Amino acid sequence: MRDFSYLRATSPDAARQAAALPGAMLLAGGTTLIDLAKCGVAEPDALVDITHLKGLDAIEVTERGATIGALARMGHVADHADIKSQFPAVSEALWQAASAQIRNMATIGGNLMQRTRCPYFRDPSNFSACNKRQPGSGCSAIGGVTRGHAVLGTSQACIAMYPGDLATALVAFDATVHLGDRRVPVDEFFLLPGTTPDKEHAIEPGEMITAIEIPSSIAARRSTYLKVRDRQSYEFAAASAAVGLELEADGRTIRTLRVALGGVATKPWRAHAVEAALKGKALEPEAVRAASLLAVEGAVDHGANHYKIELAPRVVARAILKLGEAA
Amino acid sequence: MTVHARHGSTRHGDASDGASMEAVGGRLSRVDGPAKITGAARYAVEQQLEGLAYAALVESTIASGKVRAIDTTRAEAAPGVLKVLTPDTIISLRTASDWFGTPPPDKPYCPLARDITFSGQHVAAVIAETFEQAVAAAALVEVGYDETPAIVDLSDGKAGDGIPIDAMTKEWGDAAAAFAAAPVRICAAYNTPREYQAPMEPHGLIARWEGDHLTVWEPSQWLDGMARTYAEWFEVPFENVRLISPYIGGGFGSKALALSHGAVAASAAKMLGRPVRLVMTRPQTFTGYGGRAATRQTVTIGAGHDGVIQSIVHRGVNETSIDGMWVEPLGSVTSIMYATPNFSSKQNVVRVNSVVPGAMRAPGENPSAFGIESAIDELAYEVGIDPLEIRLRNYAEQDPHAKKAWSTRQLREAFATGAERFGWARRSPEPRSMRDGNHLIGWGVAAGTYPVRRAYGEAVVRILADGSVEVESSSIDMGQGTYTILAQTAAETVGVSAEDVVVKLGDSRFPRAGVTGGSRLAGVMTGAVHKAATSALDQLVGLAISDPRSPFNTLQANTLTVANGRITAPRGDGPDVSIAELLRRVGRDQIEATGDTMPANSSAEDRYRNYTTIAMSLPHTEGDYSRHSWCAHFVEVRVDEDFGTVRVSRVVSALDSGRLYNPKLAESQWKGGIIMGIGQALLEEGILDRRHGRIVNNNLADYLVPTNADIPDIETISVGIPDLHSSVLGGKGVGELAIVGIAPAIANAVFHATGKRVRDLPITLEKLI
Repeated sequence: MRDFSYLRATSPDAARQAAALPGAMLLAGGTTLIDLAKCGVAEPDALVDITHLKGLDAIEVTERGATIGALARMGHVADHADIKSQFPAVSEALWQAASAQIRNMATIGGNLMQRTRCPYFRDPSNFSACNKRQPGSGCSAIGGVTRGHAVLGTSQACIAMYPGDLATALVAFDATVHLGDRRVPVDEFFLLPGTTPDKEHAIEPGEMITAIEIPSSIAARRSTYLKVRDRQSYEFAAASAAVGLELEADGRTIRTLRVALGGVATKPWRAHAVEAALKGKALEPEAVRAASLLAVEGAVDHGANHYKIELAPRVVARAILKLGEAA
Repeated sequence: MTVHARHGSTRHGDASDGASMEAVGGRLSRVDGPAKITGAARYAVEQQLEGLAYAALVESTIASGKVRAIDTTRAEAAPGVLKVLTPDTIISLRTASDWFGTPPPDKPYCPLARDITFSGQHVAAVIAETFEQAVAAAALVEVGYDETPAIVDLSDGKAGDGIPIDAMTKEWGDAAAAFAAAPVRICAAYNTPREYQAPMEPHGLIARWEGDHLTVWEPSQWLDGMARTYAEWFEVPFENVRLISPYIGGGFGSKALALSHGAVAASAAKMLGRPVRLVMTRPQTFTGYGGRAATRQTVTIGAGHDGVIQSIVHRGVNETSIDGMWVEPLGSVTSIMYATPNFSSKQNVVRVNSVVPGAMRAPGENPSAFGIESAIDELAYEVGIDPLEIRLRNYAEQDPHAKKAWSTRQLREAFATGAERFGWARRSPEPRSMRDGNHLIGWGVAAGTYPVRRAYGEAVVRILADGSVEVESSSIDMGQGTYTILAQTAAETVGVSAEDVVVKLGDSRFPRAGVTGGSRLAGVMTGAVHKAATSALDQLVGLAISDPRSPFNTLQANTLTVANGRITAPRGDGPDVSIAELLRRVGRDQIEATGDTMPANSSAEDRYRNYTTIAMSLPHTEGDYSRHSWCAHFVEVRVDEDFGTVRVSRVVSALDSGRLYNPKLAESQWKGGIIMGIGQALLEEGILDRRHGRIVNNNLADYLVPTNADIPDIETISVGIPDLHSSVLGGKGVGELAIVGIAPAIANAVFHATGKRVRDLPITLEKLI
């Protein structure tokens, strides 16, 4: 059997140092790591358990924003009263993710680090080619079963879809990831695959996610996360949208719009073009639908995932209009 | 062996046919429930055995070709490894007979393959001291292949038209001519994908040899049939093989046969002289045995403008494997649901590089109904007649194929009752005419049916010294309620409380039973237990009347009454003693009776054949009657117009399973079938990578089955009446019936909602967007 060492870190600094060693990985809720170890994708030599570290699971919400510790559980954040009132899209993204059991175990830091559901990535014994797993080995997905693959942000090296919900909401509201003292905007934390799909996050050896911070805004307070999927629960998005809206005093002109897409791209996907097109415009169904088409500008399908290009703008439009109705 | 006594059970509910809750027909809760929900139930592979070793399978990564070489060097050097089995090193077995008992070819059988006919075929196995060591070492086995082009599925250009299965041909009248002459003609093709049973408990076993005696703990829908296969593989007498299967975490057809992984584990146990445990991984459950075959059907209907059918021409194809044969009878519902003077149904099977498909809840009837029940809906719109009305206009008053009377067919009642409860009369006929915001609402109807499969069973009933009753049978309970209904049957027959009945199942040493499949077990086993219990009761009453030590001896009575565990004279004018007291007085420690429903004068060979093969199953059209269960499903769907997502928001099903032995458990099975049908309609599909001939969504995160959130309130209504042509106590099949017709009812509702006819399951959002 494959042996590995297990270390209970005594402090965040000790954890970072231990995890910096080659072959070492941090272990939090384990919902992704154990799964990937079972299918032979993660083969750590050392696990550094951080679940018992004190002070990393706090959820603080002030007038300036929310700071959520890396070890806060998905379920706790989803149910937090101030998160629900100040950042409804964040709460909704979380409670529509995974299952209740997983949300009770999985941490926020681990959630950001979750990896793609690409079946080729997850089956090394049958599909040796995967640039994400083994740089330069090729991509088994291209030309294969692509119904769940990305249509935005893809490259010739990788079309794997980023499956998370939370980060889609975070990118819409300009959250930052705290790597100890270093702060990285969420949009920059997730990397496009390009020629290096194995490098998914802007995190360096010796760094560890300690918190995420979401600035307060009127749009964040008036926000929603709409997730469309094949089944009603415990399923990744076919397409999802995190949307926030701030109207002018007239109650119909859009002052600020935030739009991000999930389930369609290789990373959490901010749709700036939709936001810009509707800024200063009246919140009218026709205009919203037309502008939402910009969400998939540049999208490239691989056959079976073509529907995502049709679906995503409709999800965006529905989410915006729903927020408008809630005025 | 498993024991279920009832203590402190909750008493509530009513008895649908006037019986007490504990009698046959009462709504007794499952007696195995507490053991399962407290974790006390010990499943087959949870047995703790001294010296247990663990096996892990190595599977082919190509779909077609030959194993060139297997390098086991690294695996053998891995920690804890006891043995690496390959086709060259595993012991040779003999080919076993099939489930009809057909004598097998006299040739060796090797459960590890050299010739690869599908991706995921077992090619090697590693046995180690721990499960983890076995799994890790299995990954180190290096298999070299010479790959050849695979036929990946029915649509593969190399697949061809397949092999005609003449036994499936059903024809009467002149279907082609009548179709050509019909004023209204519809013709459409309906496809169903590979679907998988996906039981919660994966397949697995523990095998232990003691000399030439083999004990196998394995979840099984058929202990005696599987024991026969093991005995033939290893060339030991049938009696030397003991199968133990106390609980089964779902079977749905997939656990009825001994499979190659079982042969691997039992071979390993023999070679090592140690008990060996082998449990399939979830991905292996998609290739280690067959799910439902992918099917294609063409249904053409010729009818008058009044919607009355004049001709049905049906052609079907299902996948089978390169070297195995599976026929999914696609004309089974087509040929009996509606009256038609002219009919033709033919079927081919096509060989593809897949594991041989297998039985999955309502094999045959399930996809067959998707074809005919979709097609008649299309006809209804074509002629502008309500989909319920057109079914009544074409109602088959007798079996149109066998030309025999139905034993019972409460289908008209099912349509009427279901329609009433659903509110069908308020349906707006035009597609896209019912809406709620972004949701298009559709109402659909479809019928379902399943034949009554009958066989013979055997049971022992003992009346014990304390007055309790014990029932033994090698039949099984995979969640459908065998423990419970057999307790009810024995309790009612003997005259004790069901709490005082202990039912023991799942051990091949017990009196024998045939396969638990085709919805036959309840009818077979209630009959056998009823017979054995009647015989035990006769002995008890006989003792009470005739034994000089009995307090009833002086009464000169012809019979006595036994109720609630007490014996009394019929007019209540004599003693009143408990069963225990009587046995004490007459000096007996128990009364035992064996009962079976085999024909008189059956030979030992007949009995062996009956319990270990399906060769002696009685045709459902035997004698003067055609016997089937029937149902009508009424379904409401909500389709998001922008997103194409379909959610089932209401189901009302009226079902005729004859007399219900326990309505609570029957309803639970019906609902289970309906839920599985919702999954089939909207979610389930094995997705092939055509380059590799491999199913890539081979896990429960990617092969979607419904969650609770996908399931609305389901109303089931029993419209059955006792059918004594079908079983001793009047019941017909329950377990498979309700899934039949759900998929077409949903597809019909989707058409009503959207105006789009989806003829390829599942109905995923991209087909509607």
